Amino acid sequence: MSVCLDIRGLSAELPNGQRVLRSVSLSVQPGEVRALVGESGAGKTMIGKAVLGVLPKSVRIVEGDMLIEGEDLGRLDAKARRTLIGARTALIPQDPLTALNPSRRIGPQMTDRLVRILGWRGERADTRIRQLLDEVQIRDPERVLKSYPHELSGGMRQRVLIAAAFAAEPRLIVADEPTTALDVTVQKQILRLIAQLQRDHGTAILFVTHDLGVVAKISQKVSVLYAGKVVEEAETAQLFAAPQHPYTRALIAATPRYTDPYASLKPVDESVLAGLTAEIAAADKDWRPGHG
Amino acid sequence: MDDARVARRGLSPRLWLAGGWLVLALLATIFAPLIAPQDPLAQDLMLERLPPFWLDGAEPGYWLGTDSLGRDLLSRLIFGGRIAFIVAFAAATSACLLGSALGLIAGYFGGWADRIISRVVDVWMAFPPVLFAILLVAVLGTGLSSVILAIAIIDWTRFCRVIRAEAMSQARMDYVESARIAGYGRIGIMLREVLPNVLPSVVALLSLEMGIAVIVEAILSFVNLSISTDDPTWGGIIAEGRLSIHQAWWVLVFPLITLILTVLSFSQFGEALKARFDPVLR
Ligand SMILES: Nc1ncnc2c1ncn2[C@@H]1O[C@H](COP(=O)(O)OP(=O)(O)OP(=O)(O)O)[C@@H](O)[C@H]1O
Ligand SMILES: [Mg+2]
Repeated sequence: MSVCLDIRGLSAELPNGQRVLRSVSLSVQPGEVRALVGESGAGKTMIGKAVLGVLPKSVRIVEGDMLIEGEDLGRLDAKARRTLIGARTALIPQDPLTALNPSRRIGPQMTDRLVRILGWRGERADTRIRQLLDEVQIRDPERVLKSYPHELSGGMRQRVLIAAAFAAEPRLIVADEPTTALDVTVQKQILRLIAQLQRDHGTAILFVTHDLGVVAKISQKVSVLYAGKVVEEAETAQLFAAPQHPYTRALIAATPRYTDPYASLKPVDESVLAGLTAEIAAADKDWRPGHG
Repeated sequence: MDDARVARRGLSPRLWLAGGWLVLALLATIFAPLIAPQDPLAQDLMLERLPPFWLDGAEPGYWLGTDSLGRDLLSRLIFGGRIAFIVAFAAATSACLLGSALGLIAGYFGGWADRIISRVVDVWMAFPPVLFAILLVAVLGTGLSSVILAIAIIDWTRFCRVIRAEAMSQARMDYVESARIAGYGRIGIMLREVLPNVLPSVVALLSLEMGIAVIVEAILSFVNLSISTDDPTWGGIIAEGRLSIHQAWWVLVFPLITLILTVLSFSQFGEALKARFDPVLR
Protein backbone atom coordinates (compact mmCIF):
# COMPACT_ATOMS: atom_id res chain seq x y z
CA MET A 1 0.00 0.00 0.00
CA SER A 2 1.39 3.41 -0.92
CA VAL A 3 2.06 6.18 1.53
CA CYS A 4 -1.13 8.08 2.35
CA LEU A 5 0.46 11.51 2.36
CA ASP A 6 3.99 12.25 1.29
CA ILE A 7 5.35 15.78 1.43
CA ARG A 8 8.85 16.16 -0.02
CA GLY A 9 10.94 19.27 0.47
CA LEU A 10 8.02 21.66 0.42
CA SER A 11 8.92 25.36 0.56
CA ALA A 12 6.51 28.27 0.37
CA GLU A 13 6.97 32.00 0.57
CA LEU A 14 5.12 35.29 0.77
CA PRO A 15 5.28 37.91 -2.01
CA ASN A 16 7.99 39.78 -0.07
CA GLY A 17 10.19 36.68 -0.22
CA GLN A 18 9.68 35.77 3.43
CA ARG A 19 9.54 31.98 3.73
CA VAL A 20 6.71 30.37 5.65
CA LEU A 21 7.70 26.75 4.91
CA ARG A 22 11.32 25.63 4.67
CA SER A 23 11.87 22.33 2.85
CA VAL A 24 9.25 20.50 4.85
CA SER A 25 9.24 16.74 4.46
CA LEU A 26 6.78 14.51 6.23
CA SER A 27 4.75 11.45 5.49
CA VAL A 28 1.64 9.84 6.91
CA GLN A 29 1.11 6.11 6.50
CA PRO A 30 -2.38 4.72 5.89
CA GLY A 31 -4.39 4.62 9.10
CA GLU A 32 -1.70 6.44 11.07
CA VAL A 33 -1.98 9.59 13.17
CA ARG A 34 0.86 12.00 12.59
CA ALA A 35 1.02 14.93 14.98
CA LEU A 36 2.37 18.25 13.78
CA VAL A 37 3.44 20.28 16.76
CA GLY A 38 4.94 23.73 17.10
CA GLU A 39 4.27 27.12 18.53
CA SER A 40 1.94 29.71 17.07
CA GLY A 41 3.05 30.95 13.66
CA ALA A 42 5.28 27.93 13.01
CA GLY A 43 3.37 27.13 9.82
CA LYS A 44 1.29 24.15 10.97
CA THR A 45 -1.89 25.48 9.42
CA MET A 46 0.00 26.34 6.21
CA ILE A 47 1.06 22.72 5.77
CA GLY A 48 -2.53 21.57 6.23
CA LYS A 49 -3.81 24.16 3.76
CA ALA A 50 -1.13 23.21 1.23
CA VAL A 51 -2.22 19.57 1.37
CA LEU A 52 -5.88 20.52 0.98
CA GLY A 53 -5.15 22.94 -1.85
CA VAL A 54 -6.50 26.01 -0.07
CA LEU A 55 -3.39 28.09 0.58
CA PRO A 56 -4.04 31.86 0.77
CA LYS A 57 -3.41 33.58 -2.56
CA SER A 58 -0.42 35.40 -1.11
CA VAL A 59 1.40 32.18 -0.24
CA ARG A 60 3.27 30.61 -3.14
CA ILE A 61 4.77 27.12 -3.24
CA VAL A 62 8.28 27.54 -4.62
CA GLU A 63 9.63 24.03 -4.29
CA GLY A 64 8.72 20.47 -3.40
CA ASP A 65 6.16 17.78 -4.11
CA MET A 66 3.03 16.52 -2.42
CA LEU A 67 1.70 13.03 -3.08
CA ILE A 68 -1.63 11.69 -1.93
CA GLU A 69 -1.70 7.89 -2.13
CA GLY A 70 1.10 7.98 -4.64
CA GLU A 71 -0.50 10.60 -6.90
CA ASP A 72 1.63 13.67 -7.39
CA LEU A 73 -0.58 16.74 -6.94
CA GLY A 74 1.84 18.83 -8.96
CA ARG A 75 1.36 16.65 -12.03
CA LEU A 76 -2.42 16.95 -12.08
CA ASP A 77 -4.35 19.76 -13.73
CA ALA A 78 -6.41 21.98 -11.43
CA LYS A 79 -9.64 20.09 -11.94
CA ALA A 80 -8.16 16.64 -11.39
CA ARG A 81 -6.34 17.94 -8.33
CA ARG A 82 -9.59 19.28 -6.84
CA THR A 83 -11.34 16.00 -7.50
CA LEU A 84 -8.51 13.97 -5.94
CA ILE A 85 -8.30 16.20 -2.87
CA GLY A 86 -12.08 16.16 -2.49
CA ALA A 87 -12.30 12.39 -2.68
CA ARG A 88 -9.31 11.46 -0.53
CA THR A 89 -9.12 14.17 2.13
CA ALA A 90 -11.25 16.12 4.59
CA LEU A 91 -10.75 18.80 7.21
CA ILE A 92 -11.75 18.95 10.84
CA PRO A 93 -11.41 22.69 11.46
CA GLN A 94 -10.34 24.60 14.52
CA ASP A 95 -13.38 26.78 15.10
CA PRO A 96 -16.65 24.86 14.79
CA LEU A 97 -18.65 28.09 14.69
CA THR A 98 -17.13 29.66 11.59
CA ALA A 99 -16.87 26.25 9.91
CA LEU A 100 -20.63 25.98 9.59
CA ASN A 101 -22.68 28.32 7.46
CA PRO A 102 -24.96 30.30 9.81
CA SER A 103 -27.79 30.59 7.32
CA ARG A 104 -28.05 26.94 6.34
CA ARG A 105 -29.47 24.06 8.36
CA ILE A 106 -27.11 21.35 9.60
CA GLY A 107 -28.68 18.57 7.50
CA PRO A 108 -27.96 19.96 4.03
CA GLN A 109 -24.54 21.15 5.16
CA MET A 110 -23.64 17.63 6.24
CA THR A 111 -24.77 16.05 2.98
CA ASP A 112 -22.78 18.50 0.82
CA ARG A 113 -19.70 16.29 0.78
CA LEU A 114 -21.71 13.15 0.03
CA VAL A 115 -23.45 14.86 -2.88
CA ARG A 116 -20.26 16.22 -4.35
CA ILE A 117 -17.91 13.30 -3.78
CA LEU A 118 -20.10 10.20 -3.96
CA GLY A 119 -23.13 11.58 -5.79
CA TRP A 120 -25.33 10.36 -2.93
CA ARG A 121 -28.57 12.20 -2.33
CA GLY A 122 -31.92 11.71 -0.62
CA GLU A 123 -32.45 8.61 1.45
CA ARG A 124 -29.01 7.18 0.83
CA ALA A 125 -27.22 10.32 1.99
CA ASP A 126 -29.62 10.71 4.89
CA THR A 127 -29.02 7.17 6.14
CA ARG A 128 -25.27 7.69 5.96
CA ILE A 129 -25.44 10.97 7.85
CA ARG A 130 -27.57 9.45 10.61
CA GLN A 131 -25.16 6.56 10.93
CA LEU A 132 -22.29 9.00 11.48
CA LEU A 133 -24.26 11.15 13.89
CA ASP A 134 -24.76 7.96 15.88
CA GLU A 135 -21.02 7.29 15.80
CA VAL A 136 -20.29 10.73 17.23
CA GLN A 137 -22.91 10.00 19.89
CA ILE A 138 -25.54 12.50 18.87
CA ARG A 139 -28.71 11.00 20.25
CA ASP A 140 -31.31 13.32 18.74
CA PRO A 141 -30.31 13.48 15.05
CA GLU A 142 -33.79 14.70 14.11
CA ARG A 143 -33.40 17.95 16.01
CA VAL A 144 -29.74 18.44 15.08
CA LEU A 145 -30.31 17.99 11.35
CA LYS A 146 -33.05 20.62 11.40
CA SER A 147 -31.06 23.12 13.51
CA TYR A 148 -29.12 26.15 12.48
CA PRO A 149 -25.51 26.16 13.71
CA HIS A 150 -26.11 28.84 16.36
CA GLU A 151 -28.74 26.64 17.97
CA LEU A 152 -26.11 24.01 18.87
CA SER A 153 -23.37 24.11 21.50
CA GLY A 154 -19.71 24.25 20.48
CA GLY A 155 -19.23 20.60 21.32
CA MET A 156 -22.26 19.56 19.27
CA ARG A 157 -21.06 21.61 16.32
CA GLN A 158 -17.64 19.96 16.47
CA ARG A 159 -19.30 16.51 16.59
CA VAL A 160 -21.29 17.44 13.51
CA LEU A 161 -18.10 18.52 11.73
CA ILE A 162 -16.30 15.32 12.71
CA ALA A 163 -19.21 13.26 11.41
CA ALA A 164 -19.24 15.26 8.17
CA ALA A 165 -15.48 14.82 7.74
CA PHE A 166 -15.67 11.02 8.05
CA ALA A 167 -18.92 10.63 6.08
CA ALA A 168 -17.45 10.24 2.61
CA GLU A 169 -14.65 7.93 3.90
CA PRO A 170 -11.61 10.07 3.12
CA ARG A 171 -8.20 8.37 3.32
CA LEU A 172 -6.64 11.35 5.09
CA ILE A 173 -8.08 13.90 7.49
CA VAL A 174 -6.34 17.12 8.39
CA ALA A 175 -7.41 18.06 11.92
CA ASP A 176 -6.28 21.62 12.63
CA GLU A 177 -6.35 22.12 16.40
CA PRO A 178 -9.82 20.59 16.55
CA THR A 179 -10.22 21.07 20.30
CA THR A 180 -8.63 24.47 20.89
CA ALA A 181 -11.86 26.47 20.57
CA LEU A 182 -13.76 24.21 22.98
CA ASP A 183 -13.92 24.30 26.73
CA VAL A 184 -11.84 21.85 28.69
CA THR A 185 -14.43 19.25 29.61
CA VAL A 186 -15.63 19.03 26.02
CA GLN A 187 -12.06 18.82 24.68
CA LYS A 188 -11.57 15.38 26.21
CA GLN A 189 -14.75 13.97 24.70
CA ILE A 190 -13.98 15.36 21.26
CA LEU A 191 -10.45 14.03 21.33
CA ARG A 192 -11.75 10.60 22.34
CA LEU A 193 -14.32 10.67 19.54
CA ILE A 194 -11.75 11.55 16.90
CA ALA A 195 -9.51 8.71 18.09
CA GLN A 196 -12.46 6.30 18.10
CA LEU A 197 -13.62 7.16 14.57
CA GLN A 198 -10.05 7.18 13.33
CA ARG A 199 -9.61 3.58 14.51
CA ASP A 200 -13.00 2.38 13.29
CA HIS A 201 -12.61 3.86 9.83
CA GLY A 202 -8.86 3.29 9.50
CA THR A 203 -8.37 6.89 8.43
CA ALA A 204 -4.97 8.56 8.50
CA ILE A 205 -4.86 11.90 10.32
CA LEU A 206 -2.48 14.80 10.14
CA PHE A 207 -3.17 16.20 13.57
CA VAL A 208 -2.12 19.81 14.07
CA THR A 209 -1.69 20.94 17.66
CA HIS A 210 0.52 23.01 19.90
CA ASP A 211 -0.21 20.75 22.82
CA LEU A 212 2.30 18.00 23.62
CA GLY A 213 -0.21 16.33 25.92
CA VAL A 214 -2.57 15.83 22.99
CA VAL A 215 0.34 14.58 20.90
CA ALA A 216 1.11 11.92 23.49
CA LYS A 217 -2.50 10.81 23.60
CA ILE A 218 -3.44 10.55 19.99
CA SER A 219 -0.47 10.15 17.67
CA GLN A 220 1.96 7.44 16.64
CA LYS A 221 4.42 9.81 14.94
CA VAL A 222 5.34 13.45 15.53
CA SER A 223 6.92 16.21 13.50
CA VAL A 224 8.13 19.21 15.42
CA LEU A 225 7.93 22.43 13.46
CA TYR A 226 9.72 25.69 14.15
CA ALA A 227 9.54 28.71 11.85
CA GLY A 228 8.35 26.60 8.94
CA LYS A 229 11.08 24.00 9.37
CA VAL A 230 10.77 20.44 10.66
CA VAL A 231 13.40 20.37 13.40
CA GLU A 232 12.68 16.85 14.58
CA GLU A 233 10.63 13.86 13.57
CA ALA A 234 10.15 10.64 15.53
CA GLU A 235 7.80 8.01 16.81
CA THR A 236 5.77 9.62 19.56
CA ALA A 237 7.04 7.41 22.37
CA GLN A 238 10.59 7.84 21.09
CA LEU A 239 10.25 11.61 20.99
CA PHE A 240 9.23 11.87 24.62
CA ALA A 241 11.73 9.24 25.78
CA ALA A 242 14.74 10.62 23.96
CA PRO A 243 14.22 13.99 22.29
CA GLN A 244 17.12 14.75 19.95
CA HIS A 245 16.80 18.44 19.14
CA PRO A 246 17.35 21.07 21.84
CA TYR A 247 14.09 22.78 20.83
CA THR A 248 12.12 19.57 21.36
CA ARG A 249 13.83 19.06 24.72
CA ALA A 250 12.95 22.59 25.68
CA LEU A 251 9.32 22.09 24.61
CA ILE A 252 9.03 18.94 26.68
CA ALA A 253 10.73 20.51 29.66
CA ALA A 254 8.42 23.51 29.38
CA THR A 255 5.33 21.28 29.53
CA PRO A 256 4.79 20.52 33.22
CA ARG A 257 3.47 16.98 32.73
CA TYR A 258 3.25 15.94 29.16
CA THR A 259 0.95 13.08 30.09
CA ASP A 260 -1.60 15.67 31.10
CA PRO A 261 -3.22 16.54 27.80
CA TYR A 262 -4.47 19.87 29.01
CA ALA A 263 -1.35 21.49 30.33
CA SER A 264 -0.22 24.30 28.08
CA LEU A 265 3.21 25.25 26.83
CA LYS A 266 5.50 27.57 28.66
CA PRO A 267 7.96 29.84 26.89
CA VAL A 268 11.05 28.11 25.57
CA ASP A 269 14.48 29.01 26.92
CA GLU A 270 16.15 31.99 25.22
CA SER A 271 19.41 30.21 24.40
CA VAL A 272 17.57 27.46 22.56
CA LEU A 273 15.70 30.03 20.50
CA ALA A 274 18.94 31.84 19.66
CA GLY A 275 20.38 28.55 18.42
CA LEU A 276 17.30 27.93 16.30
CA THR A 277 17.36 31.38 14.78
CA ALA A 278 20.96 30.84 13.73
CA GLU A 279 20.09 27.43 12.31
CA ILE A 280 17.30 28.88 10.24
CA ALA A 281 19.34 31.82 9.03
CA ALA A 282 21.99 29.38 7.86
CA ALA A 283 19.40 27.28 6.02
CA ASP A 284 17.99 30.37 4.31
CA LYS A 285 21.44 31.39 3.16
CA ASP A 286 21.92 28.03 1.45
CA TRP A 287 18.47 28.29 0.01
CA ARG A 288 18.84 31.43 -1.99
CA PRO A 289 22.03 33.42 -1.86
CA GLY A 290 21.57 37.15 -2.05
CA HIS A 291 17.90 37.05 -1.09
CA GLY A 292 17.79 38.71 2.32
CA MET B 1 -29.48 43.36 20.72
CA ASP B 2 -32.78 44.96 21.74
CA ASP B 3 -33.86 44.90 18.14
CA ALA B 4 -33.10 41.21 17.95
CA ARG B 5 -35.25 40.36 20.93
CA VAL B 6 -38.15 42.45 19.74
CA ALA B 7 -37.93 40.93 16.28
CA ARG B 8 -37.95 37.43 17.73
CA ARG B 9 -41.14 38.11 19.62
CA GLY B 10 -42.59 39.39 16.37
CA LEU B 11 -43.84 42.57 17.99
CA SER B 12 -41.48 45.13 16.50
CA PRO B 13 -43.62 48.28 16.49
CA ARG B 14 -41.55 49.93 13.81
CA LEU B 15 -42.14 46.98 11.52
CA TRP B 16 -45.88 47.36 11.99
CA LEU B 17 -45.94 51.14 11.74
CA ALA B 18 -43.68 51.32 8.71
CA GLY B 19 -45.26 48.32 7.03
CA GLY B 20 -48.73 49.61 7.83
CA TRP B 21 -48.13 52.98 6.22
CA LEU B 22 -46.57 51.40 3.15
CA VAL B 23 -49.41 48.91 2.69
CA LEU B 24 -51.98 51.67 3.17
CA ALA B 25 -50.27 53.99 0.70
CA LEU B 26 -49.72 51.19 -1.80
CA LEU B 27 -53.36 50.03 -1.68
CA ALA B 28 -54.58 53.60 -2.01
CA THR B 29 -52.52 54.16 -5.14
CA ILE B 30 -53.46 50.83 -6.70
CA PHE B 31 -57.15 51.50 -6.19
CA ALA B 32 -56.81 55.24 -6.76
CA PRO B 33 -59.74 55.58 -9.19
CA LEU B 34 -62.02 53.94 -6.63
CA ILE B 35 -60.70 55.72 -3.57
CA ALA B 36 -59.87 59.23 -4.72
CA PRO B 37 -62.85 61.46 -3.86
CA GLN B 38 -62.35 63.73 -6.89
CA ASP B 39 -60.81 63.73 -10.34
CA PRO B 40 -57.19 64.79 -9.67
CA LEU B 41 -57.05 66.82 -12.87
CA ALA B 42 -60.42 68.56 -12.67
CA GLN B 43 -59.96 72.31 -12.24
CA ASP B 44 -62.66 74.49 -10.79
CA LEU B 45 -61.89 78.14 -10.20
CA MET B 46 -64.90 78.40 -7.89
CA LEU B 47 -63.16 75.99 -5.53
CA GLU B 48 -59.62 77.35 -5.55
CA ARG B 49 -57.54 77.20 -2.37
CA LEU B 50 -60.11 75.50 -0.19
CA PRO B 51 -58.59 74.74 3.24
CA PRO B 52 -58.47 71.23 4.80
CA PHE B 53 -61.60 69.86 6.42
CA TRP B 54 -61.14 71.16 9.97
CA LEU B 55 -60.75 74.82 8.98
CA ASP B 56 -63.44 77.38 8.25
CA GLY B 57 -64.48 77.48 4.63
CA ALA B 58 -63.77 73.82 3.91
CA GLU B 59 -66.04 72.01 1.48
CA PRO B 60 -67.17 68.43 2.10
CA GLY B 61 -65.49 65.95 -0.25
CA TYR B 62 -62.28 68.03 -0.38
CA TRP B 63 -60.65 66.59 2.76
CA LEU B 64 -57.21 68.11 2.44
CA GLY B 65 -58.32 71.19 0.56
CA THR B 66 -57.56 72.28 -2.99
CA ASP B 67 -54.72 74.02 -4.81
CA SER B 68 -54.72 77.32 -6.63
CA LEU B 69 -56.46 75.76 -9.64
CA GLY B 70 -59.17 74.23 -7.49
CA ARG B 71 -57.89 70.64 -7.83
CA ASP B 72 -58.49 68.28 -4.90
CA LEU B 73 -55.22 67.80 -2.96
CA LEU B 74 -56.00 64.35 -1.49
CA SER B 75 -56.88 62.94 -4.89
CA ARG B 76 -53.71 64.40 -6.38
CA LEU B 77 -51.60 62.87 -3.59
CA ILE B 78 -53.21 59.46 -4.10
CA PHE B 79 -52.67 59.53 -7.85
CA GLY B 80 -49.18 60.98 -7.41
CA GLY B 81 -48.32 57.91 -5.33
CA ARG B 82 -48.65 55.79 -8.45
CA ILE B 83 -45.61 57.34 -10.07
CA ALA B 84 -43.75 57.29 -6.77
CA PHE B 85 -44.32 53.57 -6.20
CA ILE B 86 -43.69 52.53 -9.79
CA VAL B 87 -40.39 54.40 -9.74
CA ALA B 88 -39.55 53.06 -6.27
CA PHE B 89 -40.06 49.41 -7.20
CA ALA B 90 -38.66 49.47 -10.71
CA ALA B 91 -35.63 51.67 -10.07
CA ALA B 92 -34.69 50.12 -6.73
CA THR B 93 -35.04 46.57 -8.04
CA SER B 94 -32.88 47.34 -11.08
CA ALA B 95 -30.22 49.06 -8.99
CA CYS B 96 -30.34 46.17 -6.53
CA LEU B 97 -29.91 43.41 -9.11
CA LEU B 98 -27.08 45.16 -10.92
CA GLY B 99 -25.25 46.37 -7.80
CA SER B 100 -25.64 43.19 -5.76
CA ALA B 101 -24.48 40.94 -8.58
CA LEU B 102 -21.39 43.04 -9.23
CA GLY B 103 -20.70 43.39 -5.50
CA LEU B 104 -20.97 39.65 -4.98
CA ILE B 105 -18.57 38.96 -7.85
CA ALA B 106 -16.07 41.62 -6.77
CA GLY B 107 -16.12 40.57 -3.13
CA TYR B 108 -16.06 36.84 -3.61
CA PHE B 109 -13.75 36.47 -6.60
CA GLY B 110 -11.43 39.35 -5.74
CA GLY B 111 -8.45 39.79 -8.06
CA TRP B 112 -8.88 41.67 -11.31
CA ALA B 113 -12.69 41.40 -11.26
CA ASP B 114 -12.64 43.26 -7.95
CA ARG B 115 -10.12 45.82 -9.19
CA ILE B 116 -12.20 46.70 -12.23
CA ILE B 117 -15.53 46.84 -10.42
CA SER B 118 -14.15 48.81 -7.48
CA ARG B 119 -12.55 51.29 -9.84
CA VAL B 120 -15.83 51.87 -11.66
CA VAL B 121 -17.61 52.34 -8.33
CA ASP B 122 -15.04 54.93 -7.23
CA VAL B 123 -15.43 56.89 -10.43
CA TRP B 124 -19.23 56.64 -10.19
CA MET B 125 -19.33 57.88 -6.62
CA ALA B 126 -17.27 60.91 -7.53
CA PHE B 127 -20.38 62.42 -9.17
CA PRO B 128 -22.86 64.19 -6.88
CA PRO B 129 -25.91 61.93 -7.26
CA VAL B 130 -28.63 64.56 -7.71
CA LEU B 131 -26.63 66.43 -10.32
CA PHE B 132 -25.86 63.12 -11.97
CA ALA B 133 -29.58 62.31 -12.08
CA ILE B 134 -30.52 65.64 -13.57
CA LEU B 135 -27.78 65.27 -16.15
CA LEU B 136 -28.86 61.76 -17.06
CA VAL B 137 -32.51 62.69 -17.44
CA ALA B 138 -31.52 65.66 -19.56
CA VAL B 139 -29.63 63.25 -21.81
CA LEU B 140 -32.17 60.39 -21.76
CA GLY B 141 -35.13 62.73 -22.11
CA THR B 142 -37.92 63.10 -19.56
CA GLY B 143 -40.38 60.28 -19.03
CA LEU B 144 -41.06 57.46 -16.61
CA SER B 145 -38.55 54.99 -18.04
CA SER B 146 -35.69 57.46 -18.17
CA VAL B 147 -36.29 58.44 -14.53
CA ILE B 148 -36.19 54.77 -13.56
CA LEU B 149 -33.12 54.16 -15.67
CA ALA B 150 -31.35 57.22 -14.28
CA ILE B 151 -31.91 56.17 -10.66
CA ALA B 152 -30.77 52.60 -11.36
CA ILE B 153 -27.67 53.79 -13.20
CA ILE B 154 -26.72 56.09 -10.35
CA ASP B 155 -27.58 54.05 -7.30
CA TRP B 156 -26.35 50.52 -8.09
CA THR B 157 -23.09 51.54 -6.38
CA ARG B 158 -24.81 51.64 -2.98
CA PHE B 159 -25.55 47.93 -3.30
CA CYS B 160 -22.23 47.13 -4.86
CA ARG B 161 -20.14 48.63 -2.06
CA VAL B 162 -21.98 47.04 0.83
CA ILE B 163 -22.41 43.62 -0.76
CA ARG B 164 -18.79 43.58 -1.90
CA ALA B 165 -17.58 44.13 1.66
CA GLU B 166 -19.85 41.44 3.03
CA ALA B 167 -19.00 38.93 0.30
CA MET B 168 -15.34 39.60 0.99
CA SER B 169 -15.62 38.65 4.64
CA GLN B 170 -17.77 35.67 3.68
CA ALA B 171 -15.08 34.47 1.28
CA ARG B 172 -12.69 34.12 4.22
CA MET B 173 -15.05 31.92 6.20
CA ASP B 174 -14.12 28.34 6.96
CA TYR B 175 -17.30 26.92 5.44
CA VAL B 176 -16.30 28.41 2.11
CA GLU B 177 -12.92 26.70 2.47
CA SER B 178 -14.57 23.39 3.37
CA ALA B 179 -16.73 23.58 0.25
CA ARG B 180 -13.59 24.19 -1.82
CA ILE B 181 -11.90 21.17 -0.22
CA ALA B 182 -14.92 19.01 -1.05
CA GLY B 183 -14.41 20.07 -4.67
CA TYR B 184 -17.27 22.50 -5.22
CA GLY B 185 -16.81 25.12 -7.93
CA ARG B 186 -16.48 28.82 -7.23
CA ILE B 187 -19.80 29.91 -8.69
CA GLY B 188 -21.68 27.16 -6.87
CA ILE B 189 -20.06 28.22 -3.60
CA MET B 190 -20.86 31.86 -4.24
CA LEU B 191 -24.54 31.09 -4.72
CA ARG B 192 -24.94 28.48 -1.99
CA GLU B 193 -22.61 29.61 0.80
CA VAL B 194 -22.16 33.34 0.28
CA LEU B 195 -25.43 34.63 -1.19
CA PRO B 196 -27.74 33.51 1.66
CA ASN B 197 -25.55 35.34 4.15
CA VAL B 198 -25.60 38.65 2.30
CA LEU B 199 -29.32 38.45 1.53
CA PRO B 200 -30.49 40.23 4.70
CA SER B 201 -28.38 43.24 3.76
CA VAL B 202 -29.66 43.13 0.20
CA VAL B 203 -33.23 43.25 1.47
CA ALA B 204 -32.55 46.13 3.86
CA LEU B 205 -30.76 48.10 1.16
CA LEU B 206 -33.51 47.39 -1.34
CA SER B 207 -36.15 48.86 0.93
CA LEU B 208 -33.96 51.85 1.75
CA GLU B 209 -33.31 52.38 -1.93
CA MET B 210 -37.05 52.45 -2.64
CA GLY B 211 -37.29 55.38 -0.26
CA ILE B 212 -34.36 57.08 -1.95
CA ALA B 213 -35.94 56.52 -5.36
CA VAL B 214 -39.11 58.21 -4.11
CA ILE B 215 -37.07 61.24 -3.05
CA VAL B 216 -35.09 61.39 -6.28
CA GLU B 217 -38.26 61.15 -8.32
CA ALA B 218 -39.77 63.96 -6.24
CA ILE B 219 -36.68 66.09 -6.77
CA LEU B 220 -36.77 65.46 -10.50
CA SER B 221 -40.43 66.35 -10.78
CA PHE B 222 -39.79 69.34 -8.54
CA VAL B 223 -37.35 70.69 -11.13
CA ASN B 224 -39.77 69.56 -13.80
CA LEU B 225 -37.54 66.86 -15.19
CA SER B 226 -39.61 63.82 -14.34
CA ILE B 227 -42.53 62.44 -16.30
CA SER B 228 -44.57 64.74 -18.47
CA THR B 229 -46.73 67.45 -17.04
CA ASP B 230 -50.35 66.40 -16.53
CA ASP B 231 -50.21 63.43 -14.17
CA PRO B 232 -49.76 64.56 -10.58
CA THR B 233 -46.50 63.68 -8.85
CA TRP B 234 -45.50 64.38 -5.26
CA GLY B 235 -42.54 66.47 -6.36
CA GLY B 236 -44.72 68.41 -8.79
CA ILE B 237 -47.32 69.13 -6.09
CA ILE B 238 -44.57 70.30 -3.72
CA ALA B 239 -43.25 72.62 -6.42
CA GLU B 240 -46.69 74.13 -6.91
CA GLY B 241 -47.31 74.35 -3.16
CA ARG B 242 -44.09 76.30 -2.71
CA LEU B 243 -45.49 79.09 -4.92
CA SER B 244 -48.64 79.53 -2.86
CA ILE B 245 -47.23 78.88 0.58
CA HIS B 246 -48.68 82.10 2.03
CA GLN B 247 -52.18 81.61 0.63
CA ALA B 248 -52.47 77.85 0.97
CA TRP B 249 -49.79 76.20 3.19
CA TRP B 250 -51.55 72.82 2.97
CA VAL B 251 -50.60 72.38 -0.67
CA LEU B 252 -46.94 72.26 0.44
CA VAL B 253 -47.25 70.61 3.84
CA PHE B 254 -49.36 67.53 3.04
CA PRO B 255 -47.24 66.25 0.15
CA LEU B 256 -44.11 66.84 2.25
CA ILE B 257 -45.56 64.80 5.12
CA THR B 258 -46.59 62.05 2.71
CA LEU B 259 -43.13 61.99 1.17
CA ILE B 260 -41.30 61.93 4.49
CA LEU B 261 -43.54 59.25 5.96
CA THR B 262 -43.07 57.06 2.92
CA VAL B 263 -39.31 57.45 2.78
CA LEU B 264 -38.92 56.84 6.53
CA SER B 265 -41.19 53.82 6.35
CA PHE B 266 -39.14 52.27 3.57
CA SER B 267 -35.91 52.58 5.54
CA GLN B 268 -37.40 51.39 8.82
CA PHE B 269 -39.18 48.52 7.12
CA GLY B 270 -35.90 47.43 5.55
CA GLU B 271 -34.07 47.43 8.87
CA ALA B 272 -36.81 45.48 10.59
CA LEU B 273 -36.91 42.99 7.73
CA LYS B 274 -33.17 42.49 7.94
CA ALA B 275 -33.46 41.50 11.60
CA ARG B 276 -36.18 39.05 10.63
CA PHE B 277 -34.10 37.50 7.86
CA ASP B 278 -31.00 36.98 9.95
CA PRO B 279 -30.94 33.36 11.16
CA VAL B 280 -28.84 34.22 14.20
CA LEU B 281 -31.28 36.89 15.35
CA ARG B 282 -34.39 35.10 14.21
N1 LIG C 1 -3.17 34.68 4.79
C1 LIG C 1 -1.86 34.78 5.04
N2 LIG C 1 -1.07 35.48 4.19
C2 LIG C 1 0.24 35.60 4.44
N3 LIG C 1 0.86 35.07 5.50
C3 LIG C 1 0.15 34.37 6.39
C4 LIG C 1 -1.26 34.20 6.20
N4 LIG C 1 -1.71 33.46 7.23
C5 LIG C 1 -0.64 33.21 8.03
N5 LIG C 1 0.48 33.75 7.53
C6 LIG C 1 1.84 33.64 8.10
O1 LIG C 1 2.32 32.34 7.85
C7 LIG C 1 3.05 31.86 8.97
C8 LIG C 1 2.52 30.53 9.42
O2 LIG C 1 1.18 30.68 9.89
P1 LIG C 1 0.27 29.46 10.34
O3 LIG C 1 -1.10 29.97 10.41
O4 LIG C 1 0.54 28.29 9.46
O5 LIG C 1 0.83 29.15 11.79
P2 LIG C 1 0.34 28.05 12.83
O6 LIG C 1 1.50 27.19 13.11
O7 LIG C 1 -0.89 27.38 12.30
O8 LIG C 1 0.02 28.92 14.10
P3 LIG C 1 -1.22 28.85 15.14
O9 LIG C 1 -0.81 27.87 16.20
O10 LIG C 1 -1.30 30.23 15.66
O11 LIG C 1 -2.43 28.41 14.37
C9 LIG C 1 2.95 32.92 10.05
O12 LIG C 1 4.16 33.61 10.06
C10 LIG C 1 1.84 33.82 9.59
O13 LIG C 1 2.10 35.15 9.96
MG1 LIG D 1 -2.92 27.36 12.88
